[in-house]
Amino acid sequence: MDETVAEYIRRTVLKIPRDEIKTMLEKWGLLSETQLQTINFRQIKESISQDVVQLCEENSVDIKQAAVLDIIYNHVYPNKRVWCVYQMKKTGEEAEFFDLTDFKKKFKGRLRSALKNVTINFREYEDNAIWIRIAWGTPYTKPNQYKPSYVVYHSQTPYVFISASVLKSNLPLLCQALVLASNYHDIREMELRSHSLNSLKDIVFKRYSQNFQTHYPRPLQERNVAPKSADLRIIQENRNEKERIERVNREVFGDGPQPKLEFAQYKLETMFKSDPQMDVLDKKEPFRCLVKFSSPHLLESLKSLAPAGMADAPISPLLTCIPQKARNYFKIREKKHFFPESFVSP
Amino acid sequence: MAELQPYNKLPALSCAVLLLVGSDGGLQQRLAEAILREKKNFKINIHLAASLPLPPERDHLRPRIDLVAFMIDIKSKYSLKNVEASLAYVDDSFFLGKVCFLVTGVGRVNYCSVEMNAIRNLGEVYCSPVLFCELEVEGSQVATAQRLLRMLEICAGHVPGVSALSFSSLMRNCADD
Repeated sequence: MDETVAEYIRRTVLKIPRDEIKTMLEKWGLLSETQLQTINFRQIKESISQDVVQLCEENSVDIKQAAVLDIIYNHVYPNKRVWCVYQMKKTGEEAEFFDLTDFKKKFKGRLRSALKNVTINFREYEDNAIWIRIAWGTPYTKPNQYKPSYVVYHSQTPYVFISASVLKSNLPLLCQALVLASNYHDIREMELRSHSLNSLKDIVFKRYSQNFQTHYPRPLQERNVAPKSADLRIIQENRNEKERIERVNREVFGDGPQPKLEFAQYKLETMFKSDPQMDVLDKKEPFRCLVKFSSPHLLESLKSLAPAGMADAPISPLLTCIPQKARNYFKIREKKHFFPESFVSP
Repeated sequence: MAELQPYNKLPALSCAVLLLVGSDGGLQQRLAEAILREKKNFKINIHLAASLPLPPERDHLRPRIDLVAFMIDIKSKYSLKNVEASLAYVDDSFFLGKVCFLVTGVGRVNYCSVEMNAIRNLGEVYCSPVLFCELEVEGSQVATAQRLLRMLEICAGHVPGVSALSFSSLMRNCADD
């Protein structure tokens, strides 16, 4: 077995938390039951990884098989990577039957014809998700296994989730290969990025709890009727206002948990509006400004702003439209009308 | 009558009423509970409001308010704006010792969003004392509760020989030093 393969397996095993190593190796399936039983999983990770490498030597594991362990790790811990969402477009309307072997062949063919040195792995999961791992090389160097790109494609949908490696130059080729292999016509990047792959899926597949405009208003429900120890000496003067805020919040955000995003970024290309007497910026050109909101869980924190008394309800639609518009990177330009308000570009 | 008036109702016997005005409801509740835990020899009611004016529909049920404490969170410009907007709905005679400003969150130096100048200015313009506290710290919470309780006692007229006006002048003279 090649030294590089041994080192790669060792480093991959070291990434896995100690309690998960046995289950992942079983899923991997490259070591037999008897071989697995010889490993002491209670020793330190360094020793475990060396034992695993030893056993892989016995089985003559190659780099493509080793890469499968990496896919398994990333499938269990997808939130360690940043995922971007892409949408593919079809010209015709017919829903063609998806042939997995055809897809794989075309995908590999397109990549290999452009780049000789690539390692490509496919793995299918129950929810119709196809995970693709690509390690990129150049015409003169072997593929870099430590900076792979990951693609998650749900074949029944036009959406692709890509976690690009740092080597961004390979992105156009990757997109080309995807479009060709899946019989689509075009691909575009939706301005939607996050660490949480499941939340991105929730947003584009509309799986989060949205609030639909009902024709019949909901009857007033008595939620949290009385506080736990209602001290009668403390009187809430603005109870109606508090209830209004709760109601507006529920209408905007829905009842369920919000998808997990970490950022919202607004690129402003609007004119600076100052007091005409001050005459700041005599050149009438757009004032470039970038506003970035960051949070461990952005949408939940926006939802809790009004009840916590930090903002007025309802919150600006620029913030609340994020799940519906399925984007968290916006460009705001001037509205070319009589009204001086700005609008969000499509 | 949208404005809060200090003397348009009759006082109740051996009773004092505090009004806390501030945008952070949770913090108000905690402070109110801390005040109620202190030992006192008169009845006390605490009204919590997010902003002024108070809802007019409950006006007939509301007792006379002895002390108004405006809560400003130093980490939130929004809370300062909220207080500044509410001050317009308070009658002038309240500012003769029956109003104070309570600035919370001063323990977190890195997150100060409201400038000290703005707060000092507020205290000077409205001739009212400014108290600083950190309600997340147990000790500061208890101390603030005790101070407010004492001020409330004076403003309700339960301390013979000391009036709200004389007390606030005393506090301002000390602060100037």
